Amino acid sequence: MLFTSYGFILFLCVVIGLYYIIPKRFQWKLLLVSSFVFYYFSGWSNLLYISVTIISTYFIGLKLDSLNKKQEIYLKENKGTLSREDKKAYKEKIKAKRWKWLLLCLIFNLGILAVIKYTNFAIANINSIFTLFKMNELSFVNFLLPMGISFYTFQTMGYIIDVYRGKYGPEKNIGKLALFVSFFPQLIQGPISRFDDLSLSLYKEHGFDSKNFSYGFQRVLWGYFKKLVIADRIVVAVLEITKNPDTYDGIFVLVGMVFYAVQLYADFTGGIDITIGIAQMLGIKVKENFIRPYFSKSIVEYWRRWHITMGTWFKDYIFYPLSVCKPMLNLSKSSRNRFGEKIGKRAPVYVATIAVWFTTGIWHGSSWNFIVWGLLNGFVILVSQELEPLYAKFHQKFHVGETFGFRLFQVIRTFLLMSSLRILDCYRDVGVSFKMFGSMFTKLNINELFAGSLLKLGLNISDYIVLLIGVIILITFSLVQRSGSVREKISIKPAILRYTIYVLLFFSIIIFGAYGIGFDSNQFIYNQF
Amino acid sequence: MKKKKIISFVVLILVISLLAFLLQKLLMPKYMTQIVEGALIAEYYDEKNKDHDVLFVGDCEVYENFSPITLWEEYGITSYILGSAQQLIWHSYYLLEDALKYEKPDVVVFSVLSMMYDTPQKEAYNRMSIDGMPLSLSKIKSAKAAMLPEEDLITYIFPLLRYHSRWNELSNEDFEYWFKKDKIAHNGYLMRVDVKPAGSFPKPRKLADYRFGETSYKYLDKIVKLCKDNDIELVLLKAPSLYPHWYEQWDEQMIDYANKNDLLYINTLNNLDDIGLDFNTDTYDAGLHLNLSGAEKASVFLGNILKTEFNLADRRQDENLKALWKEKADAYYKMEEDQYKELEEYGYLLKFNMKRSAENN
Repeated sequence: MLFTSYGFILFLCVVIGLYYIIPKRFQWKLLLVSSFVFYYFSGWSNLLYISVTIISTYFIGLKLDSLNKKQEIYLKENKGTLSREDKKAYKEKIKAKRWKWLLLCLIFNLGILAVIKYTNFAIANINSIFTLFKMNELSFVNFLLPMGISFYTFQTMGYIIDVYRGKYGPEKNIGKLALFVSFFPQLIQGPISRFDDLSLSLYKEHGFDSKNFSYGFQRVLWGYFKKLVIADRIVVAVLEITKNPDTYDGIFVLVGMVFYAVQLYADFTGGIDITIGIAQMLGIKVKENFIRPYFSKSIVEYWRRWHITMGTWFKDYIFYPLSVCKPMLNLSKSSRNRFGEKIGKRAPVYVATIAVWFTTGIWHGSSWNFIVWGLLNGFVILVSQELEPLYAKFHQKFHVGETFGFRLFQVIRTFLLMSSLRILDCYRDVGVSFKMFGSMFTKLNINELFAGSLLKLGLNISDYIVLLIGVIILITFSLVQRSGSVREKISIKPAILRYTIYVLLFFSIIIFGAYGIGFDSNQFIYNQF
Repeated sequence: MKKKKIISFVVLILVISLLAFLLQKLLMPKYMTQIVEGALIAEYYDEKNKDHDVLFVGDCEVYENFSPITLWEEYGITSYILGSAQQLIWHSYYLLEDALKYEKPDVVVFSVLSMMYDTPQKEAYNRMSIDGMPLSLSKIKSAKAAMLPEEDLITYIFPLLRYHSRWNELSNEDFEYWFKKDKIAHNGYLMRVDVKPAGSFPKPRKLADYRFGETSYKYLDKIVKLCKDNDIELVLLKAPSLYPHWYEQWDEQMIDYANKNDLLYINTLNNLDDIGLDFNTDTYDAGLHLNLSGAEKASVFLGNILKTEFNLADRRQDENLKALWKEKADAYYKMEEDQYKELEEYGYLLKFNMKRSAENN
């Protein structure tokens, strides 16, 4: 069930209506049932996968807790009799057991994700090697990727790791854990929530709060505006350019790159706005996933502001543990001896960064273009970190200050850099992506744009006008948002102005939205991950 | 404070509903100067006097080939053609079901050509058959039966959701006919006076299976039942159009069906001479549809059968009806005159030759 389908809107109306009618103690149960109904529409078999993840995580969470309790009781009961070494040995034994259970949970659930998502990728690579040696190729398997599996698996694994670390206890009610994993607004494209962030407001009883409801609804509308008016309109030109690399090279690659940046932003942030807005209408607080990422002045800042919950997930569950694990400390030690203090200190950071970006790449898709995209991101981040002192010297020498002009330059540079990297996402083929990137420099002919070619990309003049106005509204919104919530600002305006804005937003979606017959119904880009 | 909030909310909803209504009216196709057959169904519902002896349901084979004015003038039969382009049998059934909420005719004439289609065909024709219906259960059921996979039921309830993207195609026609439309047809009859003699048609291709589909029969059964339940005589009619080809095997199935259900089946293709049709002068598109001259001849022929078979009373002496039908006849003859004038001036009819008239303008 797509967020943009009429079925979903009907479903949502029914769920929200029931949510505030039924006794409050049943609210979370209604959300659980609704989430499973929502997921059911993506296929029966998908329900099986998510249920397996929920059940395995639930029981292993309880097991981890019981081992903790067992340790506590044992130590309490034998307080006087155990030596320090005995206590330590017992703790180590329990820790090892807990580690095994955690590992089992991770391997099992990430294994499901890996098998479903990456088997064909692995087969394709094995086949390339087999072809070299003229061996028979393996046949591909036909797995249907359950909707949102990457999101719910990561969310669940975050939960079990936190339970293992003792950040919080396990959820004792399997229904509540199931709701945390399957909460329908965020099930298919995130944000990747943390249990301690979401659970409290998810299970709480909520009375109808008109302000919250109205703000949530406004946010949902804003999300639909981005998705339907901008993303689903511009996608036609993006596909025309990227599906025909032989026809559209040079300046068109630049156009496609910028158009894709607009599409991706409007699509993904629009989807998240809908998610957060729906949750808010239900009185539930879901974490923000974006903070005006295209205003970032560096790639590091960009990744702090884009898909925030994914970035922090990788940081907390891969980067930090990897940076301080035993082999990494050994690496640091040996690097210090060999390359000196500075490099030795940074060595674990390099390795962990590369590992994180490799994982980020492959999380986005099971193909080489995503892996290369991820690694390039990591590479650019490391290089820019290493060159930081050099930049500082340069800025000092040439008196480059924090002027508006320089900041603007930094923003545009970061935007273009990130958009260039995303070419790998657009063309989905490493070779073609690099070729197209090169053609921007070797075949750049701006005049091509003024010979009516833009009108051959599947968009007409009125489409471009709508897009231009839409993008101006997006930028204005982001500029205004820098000094505080736009909804708060609108709410203090006179009623007539306020309502005019709401009505205009509503009808701009209805009239200018790219939906229905004549437009391809586009899935949210991040639904595919 | 709470009261104020509720009032603001209600006002907001009212404003949104009003704007949605106005935008929907503006954005829906008007069918006034182009593809005028799209306006036919709505015209039936705008008709004030819904009291007819005979109701026709079907596709262009009824709304192009029979003239209610002739039936009135020749036999005193009041009739209306609930026709629309490529009206399929499920459209016909639900249109009839809906029409019976307004009136109860003595006879229903159903054009059997649509039996050849067992599955939904084109969205554009669905729209022409359904959009003109006011919102009702019949309309919803019709849309459900007619929809293609890419269509959504809600767009038949709120057509704004279907036509929203017409904002960049709006023309003077949309503004001119935003709230009020011209009458296009004469009790459902779409008049054309131009002539294009019948030529040769492609040889009828052989079909893998000549049997009408299950769905077609299912809806035909429903039409029969609906008529029986309402004590209405049903006539199955194959109109005198030479193309699409009406296969012998199809004819046999209709004969069988009519016999089994004690219905009158008229295949006018067997009576072309009795009707007096001359396909050199009585068709405007080489034999697919009749022009005014042909439609009037066909109506005289059909009217005679209806009158004798079902003892329909001559209602020409009814003063109210007389005045009403005089008004209709005046509009009819005025349009006839106008069309001849147009033919004389341009050599073709503007409304039906969009391309040529656009080029000339």
